[in-house]
Amino acid sequence: MSTTATTPTAPAPTPAPARALSPARTLATATRVLRQLRHDPRTIALLVLIPCVLLVLLRYVFDGSPRTFDSIGASLLGIFPLITMFLVTSIATLRERTSGTLERLLAMPLGKGDVIAGYALAFGALAIVQSALATGLALWLLGLDVTGSPWLLLLVALLDALLGTALGLFVSAFAASEFQAVQFMPAVIFPQLLLCGLFTPRDAMHPVLEAVSDVLPMSYAVDGMNEVLRHTDTTATFVRDVLVVAGCALLVLCLGAATLRRRTE
Amino acid sequence: MMINSARPPDPTSAPHAHPAPALRADALTVTRGPRTVLRDLRFTVPRGQITGLLGPSGCGKSTLMRSIVGTQAKVTGTLDVLGRPAGDPALRTRVGYVTQAPSVYDDLSVRQNLDYFAAVLSPTSPAAARRADVDRVLAEVDLTTHADALAGNLSGGQRNRVSLAVALLGTPELLVLDEPTVGLDPVLRRDLWTLFHRLAARGATLLISSHVMDEAERCHRLLLMREGEILADDTPDALRERTGADTVEEAFLHLVDEAAAAAEHRPPTQRTEGAKETTTR
Repeated sequence: MSTTATTPTAPAPTPAPARALSPARTLATATRVLRQLRHDPRTIALLVLIPCVLLVLLRYVFDGSPRTFDSIGASLLGIFPLITMFLVTSIATLRERTSGTLERLLAMPLGKGDVIAGYALAFGALAIVQSALATGLALWLLGLDVTGSPWLLLLVALLDALLGTALGLFVSAFAASEFQAVQFMPAVIFPQLLLCGLFTPRDAMHPVLEAVSDVLPMSYAVDGMNEVLRHTDTTATFVRDVLVVAGCALLVLCLGAATLRRRTE
Repeated sequence: MMINSARPPDPTSAPHAHPAPALRADALTVTRGPRTVLRDLRFTVPRGQITGLLGPSGCGKSTLMRSIVGTQAKVTGTLDVLGRPAGDPALRTRVGYVTQAPSVYDDLSVRQNLDYFAAVLSPTSPAAARRADVDRVLAEVDLTTHADALAGNLSGGQRNRVSLAVALLGTPELLVLDEPTVGLDPVLRRDLWTLFHRLAARGATLLISSHVMDEAERCHRLLLMREGEILADDTPDALRERTGADTVEEAFLHLVDEAAAAAEHRPPTQRTEGAKETTTR
């Protein structure tokens, strides 16, 4: 049985003319995803406005302690894009899987990399808009006090969004319905949220939890934001944080590509 | 269009003198979990004709179609499509496939759907050529007036036709259509069958599944399926003649009874054959 399963699927990928990433097909896919979103203005409004509204709320919750707002606000600027992109991507790709369009695309000369890169590109663009608005609002209207360059904040936010997109793509392979996909949010995101250093500094946690937080990507996302918050120039820690988040995003994107199967039962 | 001109030797000539058949299956078996969905199929489908794939729902028609387009896992035996093994990447531009449920993006307009799939099929061809191709398929499925409507706002039959239009992009040599006329009114069904015959006259090969037997009369050849096996592979006329039936439906029922009677007479051999198959392969 096991040999019968592998032999027939093997010949398909070997000749591989349409295997490599094709920029034109990736771009067409990204354009298509953005066009789909454009027909859904409410989702765009929610994506862009909710982080802003939450930041305003946070600012006045910590009305008496602006230092706390600085720290939590900067962390949240990194966490918002990760969470929203995770949700949007996991649902969008799940719909692609269940509607039959993914099967159709994979029966066409479209590489798996084109699908993944197309989604990452489209949601990355959306994340830039979302993060730019949230960062601008926090810095200039809510008085978030950041020592470093706001561009670095934006860079980390963008990488976080890509990480969220990557996780969403990956997780959608394990969800059979929208209900399950949404449940992956608390499963994948919440533990990272608790351990990333937002609530207590990571070195004050139980050593086991601290060790766990060392291997979770969101810890580095929040850490990177805090580096920008406290230092004028790019520190070595900041560079490490950025590389870890980018590396994780890339790794999970590749894992996501591996979950797209041309042949299914 | 471009693909059409790039393959001069085979189809457009007489439908009788083809080098390789459109489809050739030998000992084709497909399992899904513990179940053998297709059992040791052997058949060929000639080029430039409409072959109907008929049988009750659940008999394995869709699985066979998915195997042909290369999206079905656990396929063993030989299955050649246009002279290449099924699922070969070179076939992806030469085979058009329409799934049973319309697989289009509901939150895009009809034209945006077609624009995207056209770009995936031929990203290097000039925008004007792609546009002409999109306009052509829109006209062929009679949706030109609905080009700017959101696919999700169309009726079920219209969405089916959008899905069909996607498969017509790039003029594929083989069209695999899974129940393309289900849920359509008689006028539309007639129009679609006229389109299918026009495509076949241009040299395309069509494999069309249906569980509506009256559609069988409109096919050049028929593959009758039941419970993962092929009961008959013939022209509608020959089938009726052989079974002495007036319609293909009667012929099918006759063959089903015949097969059931034969199975009753030799149940032990039947069973061991099946068991041998799943263990040795």
